[in-house]
Amino acid sequence: MTSDTWHQRESYSFDRNTIAEIRRAANTGIYRIRGWGAKRVLPTLDDLVFLGASMSRYPLEGYREACGTDVVIGEGRAEHPVHLDIPVTIAGMSFGSLSAQAKEALGRGASAAGTSTTTGDGGMTEEERGHSTKLVYQYLPSRYGMNPDDLRRADAIEVVVGQGAKPGGGGMLLGQKITERVAEMRTLPEGIDQRSACRHPDWTGPDDLAIKIIELREIVDWRVPVYVKLGAARPYYDTALAVKAGADAVVVDGMQGGTAATQDVFIEHVGIPTLAAIPEAVRALRELGVHREVKLIAAGGIRSGADVAKALALGADVVSIGTAALIAIGDNDPAYDTEYRALGSAAGFWEDYQDGTDPAGITTQDPDLSARLDPVIGGRRLANYLQVLTLETQTLARACGKSHVLNLEPEDLAALTVEAAAMAGVPLAGTAWIPGTSS
Amino acid sequence: MSTAIDLAEVPLRQLNQVLHNAESGGFDVLNPRGAHAVACGIATDVTVEVAGSVGYYCAGMHQVGTVVVNGNSGPGLAENIMSGTVRTTGSASMSAAATGCGGLVVIEGDAGARCGISMKGVDIVVGGSIGHMGAFMAQAGNLVVLGDAGADLGDSIYEAVLYVRGEVESLGTDCVEKEMRPEHLAAVEHLLEAADMAASPGDFRRYGSARQMYSFHVDDIDTELAEGHGGTR
Repeated sequence: MTSDTWHQRESYSFDRNTIAEIRRAANTGIYRIRGWGAKRVLPTLDDLVFLGASMSRYPLEGYREACGTDVVIGEGRAEHPVHLDIPVTIAGMSFGSLSAQAKEALGRGASAAGTSTTTGDGGMTEEERGHSTKLVYQYLPSRYGMNPDDLRRADAIEVVVGQGAKPGGGGMLLGQKITERVAEMRTLPEGIDQRSACRHPDWTGPDDLAIKIIELREIVDWRVPVYVKLGAARPYYDTALAVKAGADAVVVDGMQGGTAATQDVFIEHVGIPTLAAIPEAVRALRELGVHREVKLIAAGGIRSGADVAKALALGADVVSIGTAALIAIGDNDPAYDTEYRALGSAAGFWEDYQDGTDPAGITTQDPDLSARLDPVIGGRRLANYLQVLTLETQTLARACGKSHVLNLEPEDLAALTVEAAAMAGVPLAGTAWIPGTSS
Repeated sequence: MSTAIDLAEVPLRQLNQVLHNAESGGFDVLNPRGAHAVACGIATDVTVEVAGSVGYYCAGMHQVGTVVVNGNSGPGLAENIMSGTVRTTGSASMSAAATGCGGLVVIEGDAGARCGISMKGVDIVVGGSIGHMGAFMAQAGNLVVLGDAGADLGDSIYEAVLYVRGEVESLGTDCVEKEMRPEHLAAVEHLLEAADMAASPGDFRRYGSARQMYSFHVDDIDTELAEGHGGTR
């Protein structure tokens, strides 16, 4: 018997998680379905740093000098553009995937911070309309709950072509969350495993989309802006085509973007990271001469004011958050750790949004669990979090000498890795080298 | 007395704004010349007659009243219709009455691909034949086809009911033929009458969901073995 660890060394190719997944697949015969977003290691905005002010650039006084954060979407086209006080919005998440209390909390928090929230694949509820001063209505392939009256009472319309967690895939909501109310809103039999359409039923390409956008504008008498949301796949071409189709804003959602329920293989293996997507979308906007006119909303794994500021510096006008907003209102709360462990996970790791068993009462339709989330407290937590994101973004912008957060620019950034330098199109730190564009 | 609006004289925006502002009355739309989004978003009890063929999304999201197209209609005729009636005297292109939630859509000629896709409660009556992928993912409502149906009819269908008088090229996944019981004969008779079309309900065959795709199939070999059943030894 040897005392070394040779016989217990872990295979890199077949590590313990891989072996467990093969065994799970062999036992059940079904792919793994889960929530959350990509968990693998990816190039991220963490791979960029701000250079700050120095001899040649003046910083602004951190607590005194004005640093604007407002953004207007749809100016010049819609009769009522969307005015955001901060460059952070709440991403589309459906009632059905989330509890009514969670939707209310998101509306309350976003409204307190002066920004918008967004419906999801399942229609608009009174809870979210009533508690959101600015509500974006998603127009999805499934058209579940799609209603022209709701379209008219929205503050903007977002045509969803794809999302970062699953570009090319449709939504999914498993039977345990298709309660009577959810089923009625979606015109589906109660308790089925719903697999939403991934293609729009009445248009098939960018030329059709242009006509679809005209129809939507006609129905709302050109009052509100129209966004187009894309999963980050081919952001240069997709953004250009969305602009051609007439979008007032293009939402580009990187592969770190979350989902309520999707195949794990989709989440981890389709799409490109947010860091790689933003510069490509900006390149398209610049070449078309509409950068800062057609707004770019970047999404997918945004967590901090640093992420917000870097996304803006790369050329985005606004960022959108989903997973971080759920965490802010109470998702993965350590107070429920015992219950997360009873579900085979732990606070900080739980991802089974599809399961309807959320101890925090957020990703569930169970009335007892949902009642645990106080939407007023949840809303306050979200408003606080949004305030921190904004203050952090302003802090970094002032350090770079900017009087508005949208004045941040790629010149303010350096990259810590060759990959990030290539993706972001900014120099590798300490050099003047941008891979692919300079020698 | 109808009000005439000539699309050769006024832009589409003006036409739709007039229709949206009207609380009632009749309107004749002249010279549509294949225009898109004609008479979309009507939410009051008006009657609109279009003198000629239209492009995409005519009567889109229609809620109340009647729109009649005296001609052919492009893609997405009466998409997401909520109530009321939309009729085209000619044929309709792809995705007619897509995602419709209620009301009646009548196509006197043929309909293209994906007629009734994701329908959610609308009644559709087609005097001619329909193309492939008819009633794809259809959730609720009735589709009556007096002619033939193309390939993959009713693929991934939920609770919508399909009636076809002619040949069905092929049924899509999870769509099966079902017995025509007296209530179905009565339903077809009612729909034909509403559409002002003549046919014998007894000549139609009914198709609907086998309901085999409503839930994922999940095996659980480990539990079977732990409970002492399953296995071959």
